[in-house]
Amino acid sequence: MKNKTKAYITGISVLFSAIMALNVYADDYPLKQVSEGIYYHQGAQEDADQHNKGEIANTGFIMGDKCIAVVDSGGSYLEGKALLGAIREKSDLPICYVINTHAHPDHFLGNAAFKDTGATFIGNAKMPAAIEARKSFYETRFQEILGKYFKGTEFIEPTLLVSVDKPITIDLGDRELVLNSYPTSHTDNDLTVLDKKTKTLWAGDLLFVKRIPALDGSINGWLATIKKLEAMKLNAVIPGHGPAQYKDWHQAFDAEEHYFLTIREQIRAIINDMGTITEATDSVGLSEKGKWLLFDDYNKRNVTAAFTELEWE
Amino acid sequence: MKNLFNIIAISGLMFSFMMPSITRADDQPEEQWETLKEIYFENKTILEDADDWLVIEAPKRAEDAAIVPVHFYSKRPQTDSSYIKSLQIFIDNNPMPYSANFHLSPTLESVDISTRMRIDQYTYIRAVAEMNDGSLHMVKRFVKASGGCSAPAGKDQAAAMARLGKMQIRYRDGGSDEANPVQIVISHPNNSGLQMDLKTRGYIPAHYVEKMVITLDDKVLMDVDTGISISEDPSIRFVLPKGKAGHGLLKAVVTDNQKQIYTIEKQI
Ligand SMILES: [Zn+2]
Repeated sequence: MKNKTKAYITGISVLFSAIMALNVYADDYPLKQVSEGIYYHQGAQEDADQHNKGEIANTGFIMGDKCIAVVDSGGSYLEGKALLGAIREKSDLPICYVINTHAHPDHFLGNAAFKDTGATFIGNAKMPAAIEARKSFYETRFQEILGKYFKGTEFIEPTLLVSVDKPITIDLGDRELVLNSYPTSHTDNDLTVLDKKTKTLWAGDLLFVKRIPALDGSINGWLATIKKLEAMKLNAVIPGHGPAQYKDWHQAFDAEEHYFLTIREQIRAIINDMGTITEATDSVGLSEKGKWLLFDDYNKRNVTAAFTELEWE
Repeated sequence: MKNLFNIIAISGLMFSFMMPSITRADDQPEEQWETLKEIYFENKTILEDADDWLVIEAPKRAEDAAIVPVHFYSKRPQTDSSYIKSLQIFIDNNPMPYSANFHLSPTLESVDISTRMRIDQYTYIRAVAEMNDGSLHMVKRFVKASGGCSAPAGKDQAAAMARLGKMQIRYRDGGSDEANPVQIVISHPNNSGLQMDLKTRGYIPAHYVEKMVITLDDKVLMDVDTGISISEDPSIRFVLPKGKAGHGLLKAVVTDNQKQIYTIEKQI
């Protein structure tokens, strides 16, 4: 009896470690296929900490016949390395590009992991300046937040730059990607990636799904950009945070738009009455509270940022 | 007084290097303040006895590191016999802790001032009131740093420069029975200059507002020394006494460290 149990347990653990060995990256860093040749890893719907290791943004890659483009490299060198490992589980094609959707740490701090791949780093033309302005602050802050998980992280700036209204097309081998930069929206350096073949849009943080959007740019600009994106013909959209969207992708943009329209209207009324930021943060947006993750962490911040912008209308 | 902020700039830079990068506990040490006190007040006695009449209102946590609304007010009226002559604001753990100095007089009858400040780490905010009799009284308040990716840098540098110098006087006429809030705001990057200019690979020179003088019919209501702890697009809001509204030319003259002068006036 005793021996039988032992053998049984041993059998299970052997089986288990075999599975672990096969799926080492799949287990640690699962990738999900969105469209043919397009994979993403969904980040935790949380703020960065040592438990989630800063792996809070969506990352992934697009595979052509000749090469691979990474889209967003993650929140640390170590996350970038995990992504690279997961890519290598699927393909040995060279990595030609690392595309950064914007200069927020959870999206581009994994760049260093791709330094030796020979990839060209791509971003919005305003991304390098945004990195320069915030680098020392982010470095201190994320060192503090991530501790040992920050190891090896570098601030690598894009060298192939995309200006607003001057989209560029890159070819991965029978697969063309259109890269588009936007006027200040989520940040002043947002960029999207459109795969022409499958009509999949990598929206970066222009789209938050389930997690409350974080405003670090312009509320009016972002609302205008949402209109532009909603007019596109798409089969799938990969947001910067939250699950990929398929045929109902419009609804995700609608929810985001509704949040911003709601807070904009309420903030405008307070500004017109000579109200203060504090009055606004105490009251604006509360009807949206049940709809979003991390609402309490970001709503007041969004209201504050929007207030100082709308004051100039 | 003219060169106040040159001195501050140098001492501020020293501070940013000396500064411990992690300051977490609510009852954090105040050695930063010990140093500041020596620099700015020499051996004068600062009484911490003003908690029942001098108030700092600020959020417990900085929601947006670049824009933290802070409200200073006194429950005592400004009278000829007793008034706050200057209200000096310090943010212990900012790169330049000496953040503002409001020069005041009985003209405004009350002290009720709001502004917006940059706060990117756990810190005390302090207000030191110097009375007309020369005595010094301090209140302080602790503010936690914002979370996540909220940075003290501006959100859109290009837009900030494009509307540089644009000003507004905003005002609500509460009639003669009510106090009347007034806000002066100027579009200005108000930056520290510590960021790299990509084209030249040199550092962008500091560009910040160093003085705001607000008058009503040529009588000074408030004369403020400011610096980079004040948010981009510096804003000062205060309350006009009852009866002072409805007649008068309100004027604001703003000078930045590059000696550019911006002016706005409005009949109120
Ligand atoms: Zn972002």
